Amino acid sequence: MVSGLINANPVVYEKKERRARSASSCVNDEYAAEQIDQQEVFDHVRDIKDPEHPYSLEELKVITEDAIEVDDERSYVRVTFTPTVEHCSMATVIGLCLRVKLMRSLPPRFKVDIMVAPGTHATEAAVNKQLNDKERVAAALENPNLVDMVDECLAPTFD
Amino acid sequence: MGMYLTTTDDVIRARGILLLGELLTHLASKPLDDATIHSMLAFFTDRLADWKALRGALVGCLALLRRKSSGGVITTNDAKAVAQSYIQNLQVQSLAQHDRKLCFELLECLLQRYPDAVVSLGEDLLYAICEAIDGEKDPHCLMLTFHIVEVAAELFSDDLLANFASDLFEILGCYFPIHFTHSKAEDFDVKRDDLSRALMAAFSSTSLFEPFAIPLLLEKLSSSLQSAKVDSLKYLSHCTVKYGADRIEKHAKAMWSSIKDAIYSSHEPTLSFASESLDGVGFRDNVILTESLNLLDTVFKQNSGLFLSWIIGDEDINLIFKSISSFKTYKEISLQSKQKLHAVGSILSVSAKASPAACNSVMESFFPCLMHPLGLSVGNSTQDCFPNDGNVLRGKLNHGALYLCIELMTACRELMASSEEFKSVAAPANERWYCLLQSYSASLAKALRSTLETSANEDSYETNVYFGVKGLLILGTFSGGSLIISNSIFENILLTFTSIIISEFENTLLWKLALKALVHIGSFIDRFNESEKALSYMDVVIEKIVSLASSHDFSMPFPLKLEAISEIGATGRNYLLKIVQGLEEAVCANLYEVLVHGNPKSAEVVVQLLECYSNKVLPRIHEIGGFEEVLLRFAVNIWNLIEKSVTFSSQVHEKGLLDATMKAMKLAVGSCSVESQNIVFQKAFTVLSLGTYFPLEDAASNIPILLNEFQLTQETSISSSREAWICSLFASVIIAARPQTHIPNVRLVIRLFMTTLLKGNVPAAQALGSMVNKLGLKSNGTEVHGNCTLEEAMDIIFDSKLWSFNDSVTLRSNGGLENGSSIGLTDICRGATNIRSLQVHAIAGLAWIGKGLLMRGHEKVKDITMTFIECLLSNSKLGSFSLEQDYSENSSESVVKYAADAFKILMGDSEDCLSRKLHATIRPLYKQRFYSTIMPILQSLIIKSNSSFSRSILCRACAHIISDTPLIVVLNDAKTVIPILMDGLSILSNDVSDKDIVYSLLLVLSGILTDKNGKTIGQEAVIECAHIIIDHSIILISYPHMMLVRETAIQCLVAMSKLPHARIYPMRREVLQAISRALDDPKRAVRQEAVRCRQAWASTASRSLYF
Repeated sequence: MVSGLINANPVVYEKKERRARSASSCVNDEYAAEQIDQQEVFDHVRDIKDPEHPYSLEELKVITEDAIEVDDERSYVRVTFTPTVEHCSMATVIGLCLRVKLMRSLPPRFKVDIMVAPGTHATEAAVNKQLNDKERVAAALENPNLVDMVDECLAPTFD
Repeated sequence: MGMYLTTTDDVIRARGILLLGELLTHLASKPLDDATIHSMLAFFTDRLADWKALRGALVGCLALLRRKSSGGVITTNDAKAVAQSYIQNLQVQSLAQHDRKLCFELLECLLQRYPDAVVSLGEDLLYAICEAIDGEKDPHCLMLTFHIVEVAAELFSDDLLANFASDLFEILGCYFPIHFTHSKAEDFDVKRDDLSRALMAAFSSTSLFEPFAIPLLLEKLSSSLQSAKVDSLKYLSHCTVKYGADRIEKHAKAMWSSIKDAIYSSHEPTLSFASESLDGVGFRDNVILTESLNLLDTVFKQNSGLFLSWIIGDEDINLIFKSISSFKTYKEISLQSKQKLHAVGSILSVSAKASPAACNSVMESFFPCLMHPLGLSVGNSTQDCFPNDGNVLRGKLNHGALYLCIELMTACRELMASSEEFKSVAAPANERWYCLLQSYSASLAKALRSTLETSANEDSYETNVYFGVKGLLILGTFSGGSLIISNSIFENILLTFTSIIISEFENTLLWKLALKALVHIGSFIDRFNESEKALSYMDVVIEKIVSLASSHDFSMPFPLKLEAISEIGATGRNYLLKIVQGLEEAVCANLYEVLVHGNPKSAEVVVQLLECYSNKVLPRIHEIGGFEEVLLRFAVNIWNLIEKSVTFSSQVHEKGLLDATMKAMKLAVGSCSVESQNIVFQKAFTVLSLGTYFPLEDAASNIPILLNEFQLTQETSISSSREAWICSLFASVIIAARPQTHIPNVRLVIRLFMTTLLKGNVPAAQALGSMVNKLGLKSNGTEVHGNCTLEEAMDIIFDSKLWSFNDSVTLRSNGGLENGSSIGLTDICRGATNIRSLQVHAIAGLAWIGKGLLMRGHEKVKDITMTFIECLLSNSKLGSFSLEQDYSENSSESVVKYAADAFKILMGDSEDCLSRKLHATIRPLYKQRFYSTIMPILQSLIIKSNSSFSRSILCRACAHIISDTPLIVVLNDAKTVIPILMDGLSILSNDVSDKDIVYSLLLVLSGILTDKNGKTIGQEAVIECAHIIIDHSIILISYPHMMLVRETAIQCLVAMSKLPHARIYPMRREVLQAISRALDDPKRAVRQEAVRCRQAWASTASRSLYF
């Protein structure tokens, strides 16, 4: 294990203004359904704290709204995230945070895929495999240290 | 206590001295003789040397020094002794924070109250001050420190101070810019702004600081920290004033260049063309910019000659002017040049605003340069002002030049408005800027007008329109009569705007801007009393606009017309008067059209007109006040109209029309005075008594009115529509009456309303309620209401048997009826007849009457409620019976429902009737009173009730009462309310039509759950009922009819998760399951709430996801 921070001085970007949703016709219609869309999923994950910095994933541009793919009808979500540095060992933790957060926030019918953006990580394939393996995610969540870490990162999203 | 003051034990001595000191603080105004004070002070002064017991000594000294003059004060010599001892003995910076604060207070007090004593100490004291304040860090102490410096600088002579100025400033300077990182919670009383202000006062306290301060401030101006920049700008302008022109002159050059930089760099690169910015600068929220312009203004005023020469000679500015011809359209200008352009604009406008002389030179050197690229020449006659240059003809003005030109004109206008000397008419005629502007005004106006003619699909359309309207607006709002702008030009401008309003409504931006400009011009005329212009405004604008309302040209959308009318009417008193008249005429004309000819189009128009009248114009009238005769006339005119139109067409049944008329009538009459109301009443009553169908004679005598089924069912026949109108309008007049107003022939009116009420006329019921609410009591002794007091009215309403029936109506054999042939209102409510609609109407009527009584706190309301309860119970027996028999018929069931809903009328706030605006008598806390009397009764009935139906009805009644009672009261007996509330929720959630009442009940529940104050009472009850609450909330999460219900239910669950763990843990699994379903809710707001709730509940146990 490396001691000290992996990326000691990350570039911090500005937070985007939370877009107010344009008032659509649905607002007046009590029975019309509002579909789960890109922006809603992004709102779920944007405030997750980075495991080693006090910034949110949005501020570090680890995730962007465009990197989220949602298909409400077919109950499918794919999130592609970009680690700040190529050899970031936190990539798996970030991925785990994303997965846990979406598990807790989306209806159970959804299938969630979490991917590292192609070409942004040294061990891309390994990370992807680890993050999308049900057994391994479950095993990771049995580890109290890991769960505590994840919960800490997710805490700001519930404010 | 001598021993304690001199003992060798440090701790005891310190305590003793502190006690004495505190004692003296509290005795501040008690007279003491001089000798005592002297010896005391000598003691404390002495004790200042005793560092172990310092605090007491400081407190004592302070107390003595601060003594009021009434209780004997200390002498100058004594004060001097204190100061000397202070200088000798105190090492302020080595003390603790509180002691330091006391020391500074002592010093401050010495400087402020005993200046003679301290000044004689001279250098020593100054040295001591320097030493004391050096390196201070605590914000409280710093506030004192800054103040000490400020006072000291005023006190000591300049020669003395000169030696210390650099030392003092060295100490102070390091605090600038104030960097204050404390969070809000601690140091609640000292804020960054306070510190900054105190430091600013210290900085500017003496001009001796100038050689040190100005360079420091200028240096910090280039800092990248926003707050530092703003602060230095503020300090600079403050110091400039304080230090005086001579001292500043040295730094002027440097200041000019820094200011220029600041202005250049802080300008937003784009300009907004929204209509809001029409009269403002457009970028007001930029602090740095406003501060730097402020500073520029200050320095400019101080030394205008110097700055003027720099501005005129400035390379950047001249460069802009040289390149201006390339700025053809706004969009083509590069961002950088735009920024520069704006900076130049604001610099010029600040300098032109400063003084007439400055304005002269600025205008002279720059204005002609602008006119050239605009292609304008000096045009004296309006004929030849179109230059040969094709640019203008095509409506394309140079935007850069136009922008600067408008900035300059704005500056001139403000200069004119602000300076006193221009109030006299002749003065400005001599000024050069003025002549310049005058000579160009005609051609400018023409050119600007031509920009407005561009079509919307051009790419520079927005800019064109914005600049055009703004320029014209500024030309139109020059004060000083018709000096600059001749009357014809002014009228031309108004004409342009008005024609835009009338014809260009498809062009939204232009239309809005023009309307705004007209409003600005109108309010400008009103503010500055421009009589000549007011005349032309009235002629040109108001006449046209008013004619809009009555014109039959439907090409322009009506809402837009109304917007224009109401906006412009709001600008001035006279205009409003005119416009109200116009509206009134339009209303009357259209109403007549509808009532007599049944023109459906007019009906639509009149509804909109009336809405505009009551929603926009009436509030404005209230604001201005004194329009009573107008309102009176409106009311009387409508009555005249009704009188005139003897036959009503069948079209008048449109519900909205009558409602709108009634609302306008209520509001208009409601804001009249008693006398005017009397007039309206007389008018209305004559119309009423002329009504053909009205059995007035019958009513006057005490013969019971014959009711038959036919009469009761013909509710909407054509022949009665006129009567319905008259009756409803009369009711609305009564609803709006003031308590003192004389209502003619009250008995008769009451009888009339009693009858119409049975036909389901709600206004009649409301009018009755309003009458019993306002009628005078007998005990008052005043015969205000002429011939009828409350008691009599009540007699008529409750005790007289008004109605009799013919044979077709079968009377239910009821013990209460002895006569068998004539009955009263309450009897009908109790179900004395078998006509269902009759009973329903009677209940509604009684409810309104009850509300009137309840609000004034009359005890008769008890009887009324008992009637309702009786109704609930008697019918519930039948209800259960009919449930078995024939559910589809369910007549009595709905009657019971109405009876339960009567409680809603009793408790609810209504806009239509019995509100403050309509002069209702409202007894404080009437809701609380009613709640506490009625709830126990209902509760015991619920417990006793045996059928599910009667239970549900009682719960319904309770639900109405609970949801309209203030939360605090409900909270007090949360324990008993919660079960009822829960029952109510589960019963009411079965029917879609009850969704509003479900929501308001749920709001009460969430109020109880989240309340912080009533924790002890509320919480206990909640804990006790946790299980039911959670169960019901879970059910409501899937309530399909209203999103807000689902959302609030989830919020209730979130609140429940805060309860003690042991109580809620058993329910955890159920809740989580319900919530995971809510995650898939069709509405986004519910889903978000669900995520929060799930987290809250998931973390009540182990944090893992798997439960």
